[in-house]
Amino acid sequence: MADVAVHTDHAAPDGHAAVGHAAMHTTIPGLSNNKLGMWLFLGSDCLLFGGLISVYMLYRGRNGTGPGPDALWDIPLTSVSSFVLLMSSLTMVLAVSAAHRDEDAKAQTWLSVTALLGSTFVGAQVYEFTSFYHEGLGYTTSLFSSSFYSLTGFHGVHVTVGVIMLLTLVAMVSKNKIPGQKAEAIEMVGLYWHFVDVVWIVIFTLVYLIPT
Amino acid sequence: MSETIDTALDPAAAARAEHAAYVGDNDHTAPADDHVAHHPKDTLYLKVAVVLAVLTALETSTYWVDLGAAHTPVLLVMMVIKFVLVLLYFMHLKFDSKVCGAMFYAGMALTLMVYLGTLLTFRVF
Repeated sequence: MADVAVHTDHAAPDGHAAVGHAAMHTTIPGLSNNKLGMWLFLGSDCLLFGGLISVYMLYRGRNGTGPGPDALWDIPLTSVSSFVLLMSSLTMVLAVSAAHRDEDAKAQTWLSVTALLGSTFVGAQVYEFTSFYHEGLGYTTSLFSSSFYSLTGFHGVHVTVGVIMLLTLVAMVSKNKIPGQKAEAIEMVGLYWHFVDVVWIVIFTLVYLIPT
Repeated sequence: MSETIDTALDPAAAARAEHAAYVGDNDHTAPADDHVAHHPKDTLYLKVAVVLAVLTALETSTYWVDLGAAHTPVLLVMMVIKFVLVLLYFMHLKFDSKVCGAMFYAGMALTLMVYLGTLLTFRVF
């Protein structure tokens, strides 16, 4: 296959030196470095969650004298928050789709809805953690509690970072401040967001639904 | 073959290069609007979302319905279907370069090895 080298050294009429898909440098034909880097990051992030899930699966029955999963889980609440996060993936992909059609207003709307749904999920998780704490499940109560809070806490941090990225993206799109290709930037955040969703798909089943 | 395009001097060429770089071909004569055509329509995303929602509802229902010995296998199958649907359609792995998939699947394979290694370390088997 042929290599494509795109030069953007000359300033464009609007003053931006490298605007548009042409700003992408492709070392592998058909694939921008940004996208390659994002997929590499997501692949490595699998390892982080793989380790945390492994530890949780080993220790989920080791609750000692503290409360165990069966006494704590609120499946209806967690199911609703899982559904919310799943639907946020739909709104995210609609934002990416709108961005590729250069429909900025629609993309901004879908990005905002995604951020709202993500915030709802984080809010539900904070509520869940608070109620668990009041029921006697502290971080150091047992091996089960440490591994549970570490796993779901890391995921919650990922979602929170995603919400911040989404809100930043909305602001940057509205001010037309995204350097390079707008659709690609939205797509990169979208990949991260969907990854957070697929991780939760695994956590929801392994942690909450499969009996100890 | 190496091809150089001065995009700043020719915006149309930039658009064609953009298309070629994205879809993985080198047909610089294709119109830039084809770029959009390589993305599925929104209706496909909606259909996938409906399937995901139904699967989530089925998963949740297992909390109240006892499936006996099939409980865990059924849940795992539904989990894998949801995982793959998001990966292929929402993350565009079905439509993107195979290199993207290779990056992710390599991470997944390493993850499974970490999981198995952990279990072996603690003599679970």
